[in-house]
Amino acid sequence: MRIEQYLRQSAARDGAKTAIVAGDLRLSYHRFLDLSARMATTLRAGGVARGDRVLILLDNGWQAAVAVLATWLAGAVICPVNPSTKAPRLSQIAADCTPALVITEARLERLVAGVAELADTPRLATGEAGSFEAGLNAAPLPAEDLPDSDLAALIYTSGSTGVPKGVMLAHDNMDAAARSIAFYLENTAADTLLVVLPMSFGYGLNQLVTAILTGATLVIEKSFAFPQAVFERIRDERVTGFALVPAMAAMMMQARDLDPALFANLRYITSAAAPLPPAHLDWLRAFLPHVRVFCMYGQTECTRIAYLPPGEIEARRGSVGIAIPGVRTEVVDEAGVAVPPGTVGELVVTGANVMRGYWRNEAATRKALRPDPRTGAMRLHTGDLFIADADGYLTFVSRTDDIIKSRGEKVAPKAVEDVLHRMPGIAEALVVGVPHDVLGQAVKALVVASDTALTERDVMRFCAQNLEDHMVPKIVEFRQSLPRTDSGKASRRLAAEPAPITGSNA
Amino acid sequence: MTAETQATIRAFIVENFLFGDESHPLPADLSLIDNDLIDSTGILELVGFLEERFAIKVADADIVPANLDTIGRIAGFISRKQAA
Repeated sequence: MRIEQYLRQSAARDGAKTAIVAGDLRLSYHRFLDLSARMATTLRAGGVARGDRVLILLDNGWQAAVAVLATWLAGAVICPVNPSTKAPRLSQIAADCTPALVITEARLERLVAGVAELADTPRLATGEAGSFEAGLNAAPLPAEDLPDSDLAALIYTSGSTGVPKGVMLAHDNMDAAARSIAFYLENTAADTLLVVLPMSFGYGLNQLVTAILTGATLVIEKSFAFPQAVFERIRDERVTGFALVPAMAAMMMQARDLDPALFANLRYITSAAAPLPPAHLDWLRAFLPHVRVFCMYGQTECTRIAYLPPGEIEARRGSVGIAIPGVRTEVVDEAGVAVPPGTVGELVVTGANVMRGYWRNEAATRKALRPDPRTGAMRLHTGDLFIADADGYLTFVSRTDDIIKSRGEKVAPKAVEDVLHRMPGIAEALVVGVPHDVLGQAVKALVVASDTALTERDVMRFCAQNLEDHMVPKIVEFRQSLPRTDSGKASRRLAAEPAPITGSNA
Repeated sequence: MTAETQATIRAFIVENFLFGDESHPLPADLSLIDNDLIDSTGILELVGFLEERFAIKVADADIVPANLDTIGRIAGFISRKQAA
């Protein structure tokens, strides 16, 4: 089934039911569908045809939800991009996906206008008297019969080189994932889900999809900067389902006088994007004994792979769980052959949720989607090393590449190093992940300075101007030279090991 | 007092969240969150700074946009806390 069909069905079932709560605004299912159908007409009028990409550069809000559904109603493909994205990456994404139209925040118009690839692309901007709001006055687009094999989303993810790759998810891929997830979370129309994770991110977008699939209410919050404000929202809206990343759990643990009564109506918490440390899991369960905690594991390339049934938490300490319903997982060796339980290997995934491939990137697609050597069936190679036990419960070991997971977001060291190498005063740099209490991993830069006056602040400032927030190094260490392998290659693996500081500019 | 408080807060934000970049005008009524000047871990750093610098105690329930989302609100919050 196509995803916008979820919205039509939920609106037909109970049109008066609240679909979206964002700030002071509440949209019923009827109104949400109506606004999305009107925006779909505006997108068509703006030149968006079936299969075209609509680049959505929006904060979490009702406008983002309408933009997503309108794009699908118009038969087009969403390309959601985090609004904190800086010009160089936005430029790479725009060049790759060649959007027919951009929907953005008024405050980001200057950023968009400065990206050469988007200079001539039609644009809708939100805000009072904005062109987005004006576009909601168009007549609703009549329903069209479109196949669910069409692409629904291009979600850009960082490869190990840092060049963004567009994950192609068709409606049938997202449909398979959404139904499986809603099944094990037991979502119904009685649920109220809260999304504070960016909806430009697969895990955040999935909250919207789950809500419209089940006819639940979605409370959209823009930021977790003020956790208490989000928790009061959880209390006031009687939220039953709360999706978080481990960094958010760490922030809850740091709160001094957090009142569990705020979460009285909460039925479950999910954690994904990075492994939830056992200490965080234990704390959540002790603090909110009435709440079921689901540890989950997934990738943008297939949305979700595994979940740990809450009843198994004690028996399977440290595991991310078993394959979600409808998905098959195997741990394989380098030849692609399954290894015995207890042996480390790469996790491969088979299921209707697996992506079509990477947009216009044959080489990366061939690397990620490879045939099972025995059956020829296509499998997604995750690039993650796992151990499976005899029952198929999976435990994460490590990545096969150098990708850092900070605050649940992927950071390619190479992308940060490229920026550092462009900075005047830096001769050489290496970027690694180091353990961090809140972020999971923190980005650390080892820098060999050619300018002795260079400070840690200078380096961070330059990075902040050129990289998204989560990619900016938290730690900058000056070295006389970089750690090298015997063959003389600068080594991230050696750099991750503690070494004496041989020089400091600070 | 308020002008001085605002200047102190502004200096902290420039130093810690903009890494010394002085090119942001940072008016007192600018939303720090909407403009991506501070993220969630940043708020905790800001709270730690306010407690130490202004000798106030900040409860979890105080950490809301009404108190902390603009430089003006932060300054007002500090004077209310100090008066209490």
